Amino acid sequence: MMPEPLLAVRDLVVDFGKPGAPLRAVDGVGFEVEAGGAVGLVGESGSGKSVTALSILRLIGAPGRIAGGEIRLQGEDLLALPAAQMPEIRGRDIAMIFQEPMSSLNPLMTIGDQVGEALLLHQDLDRAARRARVVELLGLVGIPDPASRLGAYPHQFSGGMRQRVMIAMALACHPKLLIADEPTTALDVTIQAQVLELMKRIRDTTGAAILLISHDLGVIAEMCERVVVLYAGRVVEDGEVRAIFHRAAHPYTRGLLQSIPRLDDDRHRLSQIPGSVPLPGRVKAGCPFLGRCGLRIARCAEQMPPLVEIADRHRAACWVTAGARG
Amino acid sequence: MSSALEPAQDLAPEEPRFAALRRLFSRERPATLVASAVVLVFVVVALAAPWLAPHDPLAQSYLRINTYPSAEHWLGTDQFGRDVFSRLLYGARNSLIFGLVSPAIAAVVGTTLGVAAGYFGGVIDRTVSRLIDTLLAFPELLLAIMVSAVLGGGFWNVVMVIAVAFVPGFARVARSATLAVKQEPYIEAAVAVGLGTMKTIWRHVLPNISAPVVVLATLWVASAIRLEASLSFLGLGTQPPNPSWGNIIRDGLGNIFGSPWPIIGAGFAITVVVLAFNILGDAMRDLLDPEIQ
Repeated sequence: MMPEPLLAVRDLVVDFGKPGAPLRAVDGVGFEVEAGGAVGLVGESGSGKSVTALSILRLIGAPGRIAGGEIRLQGEDLLALPAAQMPEIRGRDIAMIFQEPMSSLNPLMTIGDQVGEALLLHQDLDRAARRARVVELLGLVGIPDPASRLGAYPHQFSGGMRQRVMIAMALACHPKLLIADEPTTALDVTIQAQVLELMKRIRDTTGAAILLISHDLGVIAEMCERVVVLYAGRVVEDGEVRAIFHRAAHPYTRGLLQSIPRLDDDRHRLSQIPGSVPLPGRVKAGCPFLGRCGLRIARCAEQMPPLVEIADRHRAACWVTAGARG
Repeated sequence: MSSALEPAQDLAPEEPRFAALRRLFSRERPATLVASAVVLVFVVVALAAPWLAPHDPLAQSYLRINTYPSAEHWLGTDQFGRDVFSRLLYGARNSLIFGLVSPAIAAVVGTTLGVAAGYFGGVIDRTVSRLIDTLLAFPELLLAIMVSAVLGGGFWNVVMVIAVAFVPGFARVARSATLAVKQEPYIEAAVAVGLGTMKTIWRHVLPNISAPVVVLATLWVASAIRLEASLSFLGLGTQPPNPSWGNIIRDGLGNIFGSPWPIIGAGFAITVVVLAFNILGDAMRDLLDPEIQ
């Protein structure tokens, strides 16, 4: 019997639009994050990775709604909790780092107050203790002279600095799981490297598990042990990072890997996957990758291939390469 | 705690304190300075009317009816022999109270409605929006006349009448500002940290919509003063014998061939104070409204 994972998402279904004609943005996604582990969710824009992340904290707002599945945090199904209990979980057990450091901080609130907000909500500290903890957190994420920056406002910080502040906010209450939704996408390459370095170090020192959402396989390879590849709201492949990089089984994953530019490559044209992700609601029977796949066979148009185990802890959903049996 | 990382060195210099206020009263805006001075004089006069007024504003003297300005009566007397200058000073009190209290009440009620509509959407939004649309269909003065016809006169009734006339404007501005702020990632980030709905609104939404609401409130101090004068002129606002700029003009109009000075004095006071508040309101808007900068 395996130990209970920290987070287990099973058969998650998220719909948008009117109940009569729902657009399915996430369709039966499932994965697990172990305590202290790091999992990457990868996929193109529109593959459902951000929606999946927001669903874990039940932050999907109208017109979206979670239509099915379970999200278990240490065995407890978050989707079964009354909505009024979610604020206790948010920021305390699961914290989130957002994509837009430039606009994810309230422009009218000081850095100190914003980092202290989670502490104010979830921990019973007096003013002095809270202040000391905020200074400690800002120091931890590499803000120089943190004690003197408590009264600063976000506009006085650059993008990279703000992302550090966001990370400090997320870490405030020692969360067990840190969800990072494209934490480096909006940053310069050099700052990206610094922020990733910081997140790695934080994982080592605090033991928080990380769910990293990115479209950048390089970032995921750097941070994570496991990868979950999403395509059109479905998991098409998951496995250890090494296995995915060396023995990718799904044509989509292979395409993603091939489209990473390489320095030692003398081709003049970058490789790309033709076409784009089908819109939610456009996927009929069969494999959602059908229209863009060079390996398709007749069966692909008729039946969605199931996610099958092709090696130890490595699954893929493809009739051809994974040899799925219906 | 030491950091393994190079600390970033790209911190912007801090702005001097009260930079916004300094910009408001800078020498490049002489009109704002003059307007501020007028408002200051107006407030001081209103507060200190009992000490500044040379005569009792209600004392009648049938020996001096409709006199022209003199050393004794700077703006002459009205048809009951009351000192017009003293009545003007006491009238400022009235205007100040109505000018501040009514927009304040309207701002609280209207902002509450507007934020609720903008933040929650759905049925609440539709209900509030239709209510606002209905109220906005009537000109403020007409609305005020209707409400005061139902409620009757009296101080608090007039305050409420003016407040009701202003609620829809505040609600509309607060609603649209909330709709914009609600989309900001920091609202989602605040919810993700574990803030409940009310705390999110109080700590993150309200401060970020305060600029347009404050600007509107300033501009409407002028409108409230004008509206109170209009109502009093029509006999629906402040009731005689209590002085108000509106009923000084009303009394003076009936007696314009006796002495024009009550109308000239009160009309001048209304014009100058309303203009001053409008200029100040415009300056606040230039300063606070990011869309105009």
